[in-house]
Amino acid sequence: METVNGNQDRSEEKERTAEAFKAFLLKNNPKNNQNLYDHLTQLLIKVMDERPQNVLDVFEDLSRDVKRGLFEQKQNTLRDLPQTTAAELLAEQQRQLFSCTEEADQEDELVDTPFPNVSEIGFYLEQAGVGLGRMEMQRVFLAIQQLIKSEALQHCRLWGKILGTQSSYIVAEAEYKEGEEEEEEQSIEDTAVGETGEAGAQENEEDPLPQSSFKPPPVVPKEAIGTGANKCVYYVCSEAGLPWVKLPSVTPAQITIARQIRKFFTGKLDNPIDSYPPFPGNEANYLRAQIARISAGTQVSPRGFFQAGEEEGDEEDEAPRDSYEVNLDFECIPVAEMVESLSSWVHHVQHILQQGRCTWVNLAVKPEEETHDDDEEEEEEEEGALTEVGPPLLTPLTQDAGLFNTPPWSSKISSALTRQHAVAVLRSNLWPGAYAYACGKKFGNFYVGWGLKYTGKGFSPSVPPLPQKEYPSGPEITEALDPTLEEEQAEKEALEEQQAEQESLEESDEEEEEDD
Amino acid sequence: MESNSLFYSLEFVAGSGDTLNIEQRTALQTSFVIMKKNYKFNRVLFWGKIRCLNGDYFIAQGRGEDEMKDKMNLYSFNCMDWFLLPPATDSMMEEVSRAAGGFFTGDPSFVYEHVEIRQRADGDEEEEVVTKVKEESRLAVTVHQIDEEVSVVPRGAFVRSLHGLVQVNRSFGGLSHSEAAKLDNFLHFRKPKNLKKKSIMEFGDLTPALDFMDVLSDDVPKGSWSLQFESAGTTCVLRSLLWLGLTFYHVPMTPQHGYVYIGDGTKNLNLPFML
Repeated sequence: METVNGNQDRSEEKERTAEAFKAFLLKNNPKNNQNLYDHLTQLLIKVMDERPQNVLDVFEDLSRDVKRGLFEQKQNTLRDLPQTTAAELLAEQQRQLFSCTEEADQEDELVDTPFPNVSEIGFYLEQAGVGLGRMEMQRVFLAIQQLIKSEALQHCRLWGKILGTQSSYIVAEAEYKEGEEEEEEQSIEDTAVGETGEAGAQENEEDPLPQSSFKPPPVVPKEAIGTGANKCVYYVCSEAGLPWVKLPSVTPAQITIARQIRKFFTGKLDNPIDSYPPFPGNEANYLRAQIARISAGTQVSPRGFFQAGEEEGDEEDEAPRDSYEVNLDFECIPVAEMVESLSSWVHHVQHILQQGRCTWVNLAVKPEEETHDDDEEEEEEEEGALTEVGPPLLTPLTQDAGLFNTPPWSSKISSALTRQHAVAVLRSNLWPGAYAYACGKKFGNFYVGWGLKYTGKGFSPSVPPLPQKEYPSGPEITEALDPTLEEEQAEKEALEEQQAEQESLEESDEEEEEDD
Repeated sequence: MESNSLFYSLEFVAGSGDTLNIEQRTALQTSFVIMKKNYKFNRVLFWGKIRCLNGDYFIAQGRGEDEMKDKMNLYSFNCMDWFLLPPATDSMMEEVSRAAGGFFTGDPSFVYEHVEIRQRADGDEEEEVVTKVKEESRLAVTVHQIDEEVSVVPRGAFVRSLHGLVQVNRSFGGLSHSEAAKLDNFLHFRKPKNLKKKSIMEFGDLTPALDFMDVLSDDVPKGSWSLQFESAGTTCVLRSLLWLGLTFYHVPMTPQHGYVYIGDGTKNLNLPFML
């Protein structure tokens, strides 16, 4: 009997401990009125419902989810503050790209459209291993279509993309249309007037500053719109769908300075360029200068695709030709040959000379001034020594010079497996990011990169010149020792003696006069 | 960049201008499966491409149990036949930094030579020290350096267990949009080098399981990263200005992230002048 009683006691004791523990688990947390018992129940229900694999691994996460679920049901009395994100704003802008206009349905316009075949270019670029991604490409091409419509451009193509530290530039290239030159020239005149006004204000100042004897070297004149480095006009936008901005035309000074500096683009067109030598202009000008340099260096086409334009009369034999036209009899060069020899590629953009222009201009000759015979002779000599002549248009790439023991171009075939339908791809090593492709009668150029030239192992920025001497050193400005007291007194005595002598002389003079 | 999601992840980094064409993508898909089986990798990453004068090196990275330590790099020319890269040692790195420079040639057996004339300490005798480095070692060193200096992961994507094992965090749900706009939330995927001593206020938010790596915002010089939102503002894209060509992407609010290097394999030493 004792054992039975003992067993009963033990089981009662067990039950009591279990109840006590359950009571402990059911003890509410005074802060949020919850207990572990309910939590575990909910958790196990959740596990039963969801049946995740390897429950033990994610048990903590499940527990947290359950706890979090308790808070979510509470009603929030705060008003919802709608925040527009950048993506939403951009989506609103890009929405316009996808609006279909009714005018496009007319077939006559479609035949004559200047808009390039988008999907074809995208396809070839992808074969070459470059591009912005299929969806992005589509968006960019739609944006270019919008640009063509809004600006009524003649020829427009996607030039490329220049990466920046804060945002990037998508660049479209177009040809100048007639009548645009006048507008630009007018704006230039306006700025010129502004400069003279400032000069006038300086003259009016009462105490003019000392004039510097430094004469700036003559400014190389800008190339006329539609020729040389300003042959094309460029539009940029930071993201497809955002408004296009037209870049200003480039000056030779900007090109020469751009060659000496090395800066990242920031993505803001009005950003000043902090550099030495100082760059004349802001980031828009710098961008334009780099685009001109890249275009001149890397825009290539298969040999024979373009032929020299027929010039009006042969009087301009010496001047480098700057026009070409599409050769209608062009026979396509086989892809294998395009890959193997650089001689089957030619430049179709003029080389930019050291001067920063495509056609050399003689700065020594000033048409307004009548010069003496001797001077003219000297000038002729100088001219002979200094004249720069770049390679003519449509020069094959084999004549390109390499830098730092690096060949200027690398070529490859896009596919090793299906060679018969492959694309010939040319990659510039001097301008990393510049590509050209050719396949049959199609070819294209594309640039995507940071807009910087290859500099070999390192780039050393030019050092500012030594400070100039302010004045020629002379007795007026050299510092001397102050005289001592004795010296001053001696000087004073000497002066007094002089005065005394003079007085005596004058007296004698007077006496003489009296004698007369 | 995870090989399983290579197709759509390449679209996210395509804003830098370089992609793979369809032939290379299909070849990679096939060869990665074979590589994973042969080398017994847990997962395979497409690491990137190094442009050469002739052809390109495609680089893949296999990861083992420990994501940070068990790494192996392989290279290929045709995306199909893969060759193992030797691990980069300190002596190799020194030799490469002395001898090699400029573009890669595209031939792994190409030898870079560098002749240095040193004066002996005891006399006026001059000694010619010739350093010879094979391009394969240069490639190994370059890949190692890029991984050490600019490989990026978002905060929380990897956890370190108590035993020091680094693994993918299964419950990582991605950074929020506002978090993704800050460099503080991106970490260098390497052993911490200069883990800054944080003040007690900052330390409150950190977890030793997640914050065991260096933060990008502590990098010197400031501004060696460019952070942008691309693909219609939906993807956070980070580009290194120190190694031009390294692009990292992360889609906020999803666990998708990855980086790829497509460039010429040279470090941008001119960075201080260019900012």
